[in-house]
Amino acid sequence: MRNNSRNIMLISSLAIVSMVFYLFFSLGNSWEFALHYRGMKLAAIVVVSCSVAYSTVTFQTLTTNRILTPSIMGFESVFMLLQTLLVFIYASESFKAVNNLENFLLSIVCMVGFAFVLYMLIYRKGVRNMYLLLLIGLVLGILLNTLSSFLQLLIDPNNFFIVQGKMFASFSNINQDLLAYALFILGITILLSFRYIKRLNILALGRDQAINLGLNYNKNIRLFLVVIAVLVSVSTALVGPVLFLGLLVSNLTYEILNTYKHEVIIPVCALVTLVVLVGGQFLTEYIFELSTPISTIINFIGGIYFVYLLIRRKKL
Amino acid sequence: MIEIKNISKHYGDHVVLNDISLRFPKGKITSLIGSNGTGKSTLLSIMSRLLVQDNGEVFVNEKKNTDYKSAVLSQHLSILKQFNNIELKLTVKELVSFGRFPYSQGRLSEEDHEKIEETLGFLDLIELQDMYLEALSGGQRQRAYLAMVVAQDTEYILLDEPLNNLDMRHSVQIMKILRKLTEVLGKTIIVVLHDINFASHYSDYIAALKNGRVKYFGKANEIINEDILKDLFGISFCISQSNGKKLCNYFNHFN
Repeated sequence: MRNNSRNIMLISSLAIVSMVFYLFFSLGNSWEFALHYRGMKLAAIVVVSCSVAYSTVTFQTLTTNRILTPSIMGFESVFMLLQTLLVFIYASESFKAVNNLENFLLSIVCMVGFAFVLYMLIYRKGVRNMYLLLLIGLVLGILLNTLSSFLQLLIDPNNFFIVQGKMFASFSNINQDLLAYALFILGITILLSFRYIKRLNILALGRDQAINLGLNYNKNIRLFLVVIAVLVSVSTALVGPVLFLGLLVSNLTYEILNTYKHEVIIPVCALVTLVVLVGGQFLTEYIFELSTPISTIINFIGGIYFVYLLIRRKKL
Repeated sequence: MIEIKNISKHYGDHVVLNDISLRFPKGKITSLIGSNGTGKSTLLSIMSRLLVQDNGEVFVNEKKNTDYKSAVLSQHLSILKQFNNIELKLTVKELVSFGRFPYSQGRLSEEDHEKIEETLGFLDLIELQDMYLEALSGGQRQRAYLAMVVAQDTEYILLDEPLNNLDMRHSVQIMKILRKLTEVLGKTIIVVLHDINFASHYSDYIAALKNGRVKYFGKANEIINEDILKDLFGISFCISQSNGKKLCNYFNHFN
């Protein structure tokens, strides 16, 4: 237990130091502008950290599998298909036809809607097996991905760049209005769901134990899947696909913490995500000088860590 | 009193349970025996609402189990299944504390803490209480899980093959705990067992399943009988007496 509080202190201070450092590192002459600009990026990073941490840890608990992320359900495929479709229909006019805010809200509606359709398909019979849900999500995700790729082949190469810009997560062009909306939705979701968070401790014991201990399993799974859908949509619509990050940070958190308590794991995981994202953003901006998108760095590091996890674990 | 009426369950065309009715004697250990695939675990899962039956009803204290709120039912009836592999960093004591969830919803009261201590003592887990589950041996882990169910303090305890993968010493240890639970605390225990001699020595009643039905039900000594066992398992048994209990020898390789 003492180990835990030490590690929590450590990661908290690391988060604060990295944020301050990122904000004030070589500010230069037009410091007001720089500070405002960096502050926006930092706020976006905070939103993404919270939603990635909360959604990934919750998802892994529901599936009792620690090498999954919600991306397996095909949320990001829905997002990409939507972006591709918009460019496909409106071509280079797509920004005029659908403005940033509309695009943001439309993305959220589509992703949450997709999640609902998915649950509907399965819930009529009740969830015997979470993996069936995942499998259907996975297959639908692949289908949507293929569809996107097909459409991307048809669109004008110049317009394809618009789509490509959406394919990689980026914190560099954050729209202030979107950020406000994202913060609002995130805040509401966390506020409403956090009092149920101890139920995750029970759900982590698996379906049979959860029912034995008197939890309404189906209802709670549904509740948390909705939370996951909303959180994932907000972060994806705001900055683009970053879910792979969840794998890295959640497993790092499990290494750091010696506890089963989700009311501790999730906030700490958010801090870990924050540190990783601020660090990644710093690398992109100052070392790679924006030549490499942050998602490439994250996927590279995350990929290596994933292989490490696979090798280290004897059983999956 | 726990009672099942006309329970049926099928998977596709395969009928697992076919119109089963049974009353389980209160304050006793009843073993469910039968070959693999005769629906013992399915029956236990249905009785504990882990699985929904196609037909029939389960009554707990004369009330249908679907009429209970789930949290209330879990103060009357608990189940322990055979596969318990979780990847959580849990200590024995933390696991046992989960057993109080139906009462405390995660916020442990003074009474909960007392119950947890009492349970740890009852199952001889005091020394292991701060160990992490992953560091325990199979027998110790099984005992820890059993402790969680005991801490749940329900009248009815359903156990699905609690002796799975345990050596003789740990099996005996578990069965002795079950005896103590019925004799000291008056619990009603329904347990799926594969080892016929454990069923014979430790249970009061035996229910034997075959072809989706309860083919035999009665006092343990009445059911342990060469003809019945041969009918159930399709091999011949040689039964002898020891300490007033029947001992079955089915290692009849030579005849």
